[in-house]
Amino acid sequence: MRKFDLELSVGLFILAGILCLGYLSVRLAKMEILGGEGYEVHALFTNVGGLKEGAAVVIAGVDVGRVRRITMENYRAKVVLNIQKGLELQEDAIASIKTKGLIGEKYIQITPGGAEEIIPPGGKIWETEPAVDLEQLISQFAFGKI
Amino acid sequence: MGLFLAQAVFYCLIPPVKVSRLVKQIHFIGWQSLVVILLTGSFTGMVLGLQGFYTLNRFGSEAFLGPMVALSLIKEMGPVITGLMVTGRAGSAVTAEIGIMRISDQIDALTLMGLNPFRYLIVPNLLAALIALPLLTAVFDVVGIMGGYIVGVKLLGVGSGTYFGEMANYVDLSEVAEGLYKSLSFGVIIAWVCCYKGFYTGIHTGFGAEGVSRATTQAVVFSSVLILVWDYFMTSIMF
Repeated sequence: MRKFDLELSVGLFILAGILCLGYLSVRLAKMEILGGEGYEVHALFTNVGGLKEGAAVVIAGVDVGRVRRITMENYRAKVVLNIQKGLELQEDAIASIKTKGLIGEKYIQITPGGAEEIIPPGGKIWETEPAVDLEQLISQFAFGKI
Repeated sequence: MGLFLAQAVFYCLIPPVKVSRLVKQIHFIGWQSLVVILLTGSFTGMVLGLQGFYTLNRFGSEAFLGPMVALSLIKEMGPVITGLMVTGRAGSAVTAEIGIMRISDQIDALTLMGLNPFRYLIVPNLLAALIALPLLTAVFDVVGIMGGYIVGVKLLGVGSGTYFGEMANYVDLSEVAEGLYKSLSFGVIIAWVCCYKGFYTGIHTGFGAEGVSRATTQAVVFSSVLILVWDYFMTSIMF
């Protein structure tokens, strides 16, 4: 009985610890257990200005995917997006890089288009809008170029 | 000391491991530390929530309370305070146990009976600390986040969705992994220092009850300091 108690409590302890670890990594850090569900599309930007891998992709403010990779292609930033399954993007959808609040983190907003054609998995979003350079805007405003 | 660790790791890698001793040590280091960890974790989280709220309130950005509590718990407070608590609660006892076995010649008796003292005493402690520390740290983090939730959301009125939503936005897998690596390394430090001090009680600190008490004090002080110093270097390496 004594030995049984010992092993039971050790088992309970390990179970509790693993549950907590799972909570931290799956709920908070958004670890994907079953690999990436969904499909990938990519887009070319002239300036990603601080966009990070793992940043959110939203449509109408709703989270629909994440940024997978950011690489260089022909002196432009190639951003690979993972879009959730079942969500179709039209050929003329626009991907733009936005900032949360004034100094918040960057994310990608997709504005749906009206075309009949759908972007296939692995396809490309043609219309993109680079990150807004706030300092440049302010200097343009200050020196009266607008 | 390095030789001692190398020898312990060497015996860890070669079976057989004494499973019953290992289970007993996990019970001692892990399960019996759980109450201390629950208490310190919840109050650390609560104080972070309170302190963070008043600081962030000045800038009108209470929304960042969740990320602040979670990140400071996961990256720094969780591993370090868990390490210090386990040192004080379990590490001291391990040193005293092994030290008394040394001064009463039980370790020599083990060797005479053909039992390798490393395999019987040191390896179970090292493995148990390696298993128990990350799990205790995870418990500490989760309890601390709940403590911050109680103070921030229930008492001070931050939105519950804001607290957890912003937290999920800012916490990354790499940060959870950083906390995990830290707690693993602290597990090695605790087991290493405390076993070493106990094992060489007679030689370094003199025989008798006084030698054991001195070895225990040295083990706790040395491993606490080592944890804090090593934490600084781990943080500076991982950034």
